[in-house]
Amino acid sequence: MMTSGWTWYVVVLVALNIAGCLWLLMANVKRRPGDPSPEDTSHVWDGDITEYNKPLPKWWINLFYITIVFGIGYLAWYGVGRMHGFGHWSSKSEWALDKAAEDARLEETLKLYAGKPIDALAKDPGAVALGRTIFVNNCAACHGSTGLGAKGFPNLADEVWYWGGSPESVLETIRNGRNAVMPAWGTVLTAQGGPLAVDDVVAYVQSLSKPGQSEDEAAERGEKQFSTLCIACHGPEGKGNPILGARDLTTARWLYGGSKEALHQTIADGRNGVMPAWEPVLGETRVRLVGAYVWTLSKHDAPAPREAAP
Amino acid sequence: MGNYNDKVVRQFAVMTVVWGVVGMLVGVLIAAQLYWPALNFNVPWLSFGRLRPLHTNAVIFAFGGSALFATSLYTVQRTCHVRLLSDRLASFVFWGWQLIIVAAAISLPLGYTQGKEYAELEWPIDIAIAIVWVAYAVLFFGTIVKRTVKHIYVANWFYGAYIITITLLHVVNNLAIPAGGMKSYSVYSGSVDAMVQWWYGHNAVGFFLTTAFLGMMYYFVPKQAGRPIYSYRLSIVHFWALIAVYMWAGPHHLMYTALPDWAQSLGMVFSLILLAPSWGGAINGILTLSGVWYKLRTDPILKFLIVSLSFYMMSTFEGPMMSIKTVNSLSHYTDWTIGHVHSGALGWVAMISIGSIYAMLPRLLNLPQMYSVKLIDTHFWMHTIGVVVYIVAMWIAGVMQGLMWRATDPDNGTLVYSFVEALNATKPYYLFRLGGGLIVLGGMFVMAWNVFKTYQLAASAVTAQPVLPPDVADARA
Repeated sequence: MMTSGWTWYVVVLVALNIAGCLWLLMANVKRRPGDPSPEDTSHVWDGDITEYNKPLPKWWINLFYITIVFGIGYLAWYGVGRMHGFGHWSSKSEWALDKAAEDARLEETLKLYAGKPIDALAKDPGAVALGRTIFVNNCAACHGSTGLGAKGFPNLADEVWYWGGSPESVLETIRNGRNAVMPAWGTVLTAQGGPLAVDDVVAYVQSLSKPGQSEDEAAERGEKQFSTLCIACHGPEGKGNPILGARDLTTARWLYGGSKEALHQTIADGRNGVMPAWEPVLGETRVRLVGAYVWTLSKHDAPAPREAAP
Repeated sequence: MGNYNDKVVRQFAVMTVVWGVVGMLVGVLIAAQLYWPALNFNVPWLSFGRLRPLHTNAVIFAFGGSALFATSLYTVQRTCHVRLLSDRLASFVFWGWQLIIVAAAISLPLGYTQGKEYAELEWPIDIAIAIVWVAYAVLFFGTIVKRTVKHIYVANWFYGAYIITITLLHVVNNLAIPAGGMKSYSVYSGSVDAMVQWWYGHNAVGFFLTTAFLGMMYYFVPKQAGRPIYSYRLSIVHFWALIAVYMWAGPHHLMYTALPDWAQSLGMVFSLILLAPSWGGAINGILTLSGVWYKLRTDPILKFLIVSLSFYMMSTFEGPMMSIKTVNSLSHYTDWTIGHVHSGALGWVAMISIGSIYAMLPRLLNLPQMYSVKLIDTHFWMHTIGVVVYIVAMWIAGVMQGLMWRATDPDNGTLVYSFVEALNATKPYYLFRLGGGLIVLGGMFVMAWNVFKTYQLAASAVTAQPVLPPDVADARA
């Protein structure tokens, strides 16, 4: 908060400046005795440059006065420095009023949907439309405006659910977030299986999603490594575990890329996937609405994926 | 009485055209990048974030700056009826300024920046600017002191105010603590830093891009029209009002930010009061044509000058409107601002500069006119059409963005659009903007050709022009 000394400093400067403009205007509106007449071109520069002394246009003078009067009125109403204006306005209170009005409207809207499961809400077009606006303004930054995802950010429009695809699991993911941790295995694997161990595991993991293809030697070596380290989370068949967010490696869908290089990086250096908790930001009902929208994205034609407790 | 020093004027005039082409070329490239992002070719030096400040610095300080140096040094000699104070100082100002531009053109793409808009250049270059600028001030005011006429012509008031104020603005805003050869930290912090930056930023518009170019207008409009300036009294009122009120308008760049409410209110109020003083200059210029409007039919140079004043009136009306809090809450951060800047920079600043250069260059080379008057007319139409396409595209895009960002569903109070949807809707207008920019750039190439051919017409050794003795009644004792 500024001191009253600074307030007066600003007020005096403003007053002087506006008063100066007024004086300037008044002093020059009327021709004083002795001034050159309007059509008189008193001086000559550079051979042919001269000046008339015609009166200031009336409308221009009035425009100037009007803006000055408006300015003084505006400052009186809105305040200067520590002095509140007659309107007692502040940007903070304007924002608070606007927010309160919006919140009231929103509460009215959200009342209808409170506590309903997302698969039920997904059948209500109004709820889905609301969910979409929430999605595009909050979730689209990572998952894309149509939910198709990006490298490191899951596609929400397919049938793959890392943390379970039941309505409860999806809702839980959005409400409280998820932390998907793939540890860095490079050092351990190299110590255990030699310099090519990571490549071996890559070969084995790639073979998991290509059934029927003959497994080469590298994949065979990789399988041994896999069965000592990776099965803890990804399971003996590489089918994953939704409780841990450990992904199913037997589908050809890759969150961080399925090339040799990408998989090498994933296994050697690890990955960290963070889905933030949205309930603190959006509130419970809006989380349900966005969940309903996400639910419609994957259409659910396929049989329900394996379930996991939330 | 000797001759005028026109060498420095010719040098700056030619560089005006060169930097105009370069600056607008970079502008066209970054406009294209907004439509085709791949055009940065994954090269850091060509990325939008580095080329954008290069574009703004090139068009404002290299193109606009060279035009102001050329015309102010031309005008001050002609209207003071005396040669420049010092040829060596003039030469120092020219080469110093060119060196600074080159330093900017190298350091900005390399990523050296203070992060302050229109004041991106790092501290060693800032010091060089201060030195060259003070040399320019000595040269200009020294010439005025030497004058052989009693009265100082109005154009010189405006050039003088611009030179003094830019010194103040540049020094205060760039106060920083160096932290290495090309790195520094501003001495201000938080909202004070923001306020100082926009006090500088807006007055760079006010004094560099407005006051100084009004000086240009006050010499070249009456000269080209062959008519007296409309009103000496109007000159006095709008000059003093303009320079006194402009100083306050900076906070309108910081509406609805952490800046205290009252400072925002002051910024808005003084921006509105600024409307009449701004228009005063345009009225004085346009009404100077009373009685000779027919000349617009045959003289494309006069068309440049008068249409520039129309754009000036339009953007100095638009500016105060955009500073109204309610309007600003819609327009701020949208492409409307970009459109506004370009109606000022391409419409007003570039057109008055181009017109003045076309008027001045033949006189500097002892020729009756440019190589081709028809090409001046071609340039006029290209420029005008390009600017209109550009600003209309940005108006539509900007208002649409503002409306889409704030759109809430009337039934339930939720936001209707995501940012990406607004961006998608903007894309076609980026293409129109690029088109407008290309037409303007094409016009600049026409100008470059015309200037080149005019130089070829001029005798290899241009004879120096003798100083014109002042009118007996106006001569200083």
